[in-house]
Amino acid sequence: MVKVKIAINCPETQLNLGGIVLIKGNDFEDIPHIPEVQQAIDNGYLDVLKEEKKKEKKEKLEGEEVLVFAEQRNNKIARVVLELLGKAKELADKLNVKTVAILLTDKDNDLSKELISYGTDKVYLAESDLLKNYQTDLYTKVIADHIKETKPQVVLYGATHIGRDLAPRIAQRINTGLTADCTGLDITEDNLLLQTRPAFGGNIMAQIMCKKHRPQMSTVRPGVMKMEEPSEGKGEVVKITPDISEKDQLVKVLEIIKETKKKVNLEEAEIIVSGGRGLGNKEGFKLIEELAKLLKAEIGASRAVVDAGWVPKDHQVGQTGKTVRPKLYLAIGISGAIQHKAGMQTSDLIIAINKDSNAPIFEVADYGIVDDLFKVVPELIEGLKQ
Amino acid sequence: MNIIVCIKQVPDTNEVKIDPKTGTLKREGIPTIMNPDDKHALIEAVKIRNKTKGKVTVLSMGPPQAEEALREALALGADEAILLCDRAFAGSDTWATANAIGAAIKAIGNYDLLLFGRQAIDGDTAQVGPQTAELLNVPQITYAQKIEVDGKKIKVERQMEEGYEVIESNVPCLITCMSELNETEYPSLNGIQEAYREKEVKVLSAEDVKADKSKIGLLSSPTSVKKSFTPPAKGQGQILKGSTKEVVGKIVSVLKEKELVGAF
Repeated sequence: MVKVKIAINCPETQLNLGGIVLIKGNDFEDIPHIPEVQQAIDNGYLDVLKEEKKKEKKEKLEGEEVLVFAEQRNNKIARVVLELLGKAKELADKLNVKTVAILLTDKDNDLSKELISYGTDKVYLAESDLLKNYQTDLYTKVIADHIKETKPQVVLYGATHIGRDLAPRIAQRINTGLTADCTGLDITEDNLLLQTRPAFGGNIMAQIMCKKHRPQMSTVRPGVMKMEEPSEGKGEVVKITPDISEKDQLVKVLEIIKETKKKVNLEEAEIIVSGGRGLGNKEGFKLIEELAKLLKAEIGASRAVVDAGWVPKDHQVGQTGKTVRPKLYLAIGISGAIQHKAGMQTSDLIIAINKDSNAPIFEVADYGIVDDLFKVVPELIEGLKQ
Repeated sequence: MNIIVCIKQVPDTNEVKIDPKTGTLKREGIPTIMNPDDKHALIEAVKIRNKTKGKVTVLSMGPPQAEEALREALALGADEAILLCDRAFAGSDTWATANAIGAAIKAIGNYDLLLFGRQAIDGDTAQVGPQTAELLNVPQITYAQKIEVDGKKIKVERQMEEGYEVIESNVPCLITCMSELNETEYPSLNGIQEAYREKEVKVLSAEDVKADKSKIGLLSSPTSVKKSFTPPAKGQGQILKGSTKEVVGKIVSVLKEKELVGAF
């Protein structure tokens, strides 16, 4: 059945659709969805009432939830989880189900409160000393068991070093599909999860679906989904008892080392000065360092430059590197292979300097300078010093 | 220590070009290479074997031309090479690929270590390693930046975003390897000669490895590609015209306007 009424711009006050269906007046009517009706809709004679599921049903459906893995490290929720919760809520609203999170930790310490303030309806809390730090085997067991029991229809993980270790292991255990590093998630008309991700080094985007297996699972890159503002939430905390013991640990984590050297933090940088092959060699790349210092910026690089060993890998921007969205991205001597563009094109302001006017980087740049970078950059450094 | 290294032949995505007219991928003439992370896994495997004795078997699933990547692996010091090649595998997603590779590893048997690259540059999923580990019920250590072998114990530095973890495991275990493990190597002339003249690449079918037909290939894969498209370009910006001084002046004023500079 489909709820329709006669469109305002239709000259008739009553429509006879194939002798079976007669529609009159201004009221919405439920009629069978037959080809004649579809044709009248296509011709603009009929308006369809879009059913607002959420408004119609006050209570969200029980079960078939949208579940987010609430990754924590050192009792701090990963930023990507908060980004994911906004997206999960959007998906759950379309499906008219609850947004839920699963938190594994040694002690809650108000983490579940934080998750609720970002829109979680229900936090499944598994507390155990064994779950203080991430361990593949224990986390897989707890989450796979939980999925088997509660049967969520969608499960989302941050594509962090932890999420990308955990999610595939779970996917194989429960025999379902997993789509890596999604940049877009939506619900189709048949209530399926539509997952968009870059493939082939970011040269193409692929839309992936998991039609017959449940749950539908994705990992999502940090920095891609927009984080919502927290607010007073009304979620509940449901404690679960993890069925794990020390003998489930297949490996032993001997130490967790925080690196003392300054970490490159491209994801949170406000300004990134990024260099590519156009700088010629390691020596030429020093120009980037000088400009970055002046702008108090982080240093980015294309994959070619990282592969050539001019700068360490943690500076790499792009599909195989990091996705960034700073306020300013300066691309210098970068041609802009799609794999690079995939990682930076959502930056607020992009300025590109390249002597090749056909360089694809200009396709995403707000301002482009077609000139020799060895002339432009020193001039820019001078200009900024004044 | 017996080591199986899984490698993939991939298109060199650095070299991929888009046809400006049609906006589609130009597939012709893109060189194929051994996936970079896989190569580091192989180099590491050869190093470990040289210290501990045993053998390195390199395994790849792919079309007949993937033999090239296996020959390169032999030239780099692998002892044996196996190409898992069958139309029945075509179109496998990561779950189905893990089922195929897992079946092959079971068929090869007698392994202490399984080394994979962290991820392949064509798909970038990093999933087949952990999925295979689960299938074979062995522990996994991903993102390895350092591997130490001490008898039957393995100690691995697992890279994290803010440092690393030191993880210890017994063999057998599966490790996914990063480029930080070692320096890239190139085959020696001797190695190349051996790889092509003396060593062979064994080809195995789905039946040879007793792969479960209901768990491999396109139709068995849980995920499917609905469609693919070239990412839309952001609206063309402005190309600044004028002398170097003029364009730089414009940039500086834009940066000041947006308060991105000014603290100088």
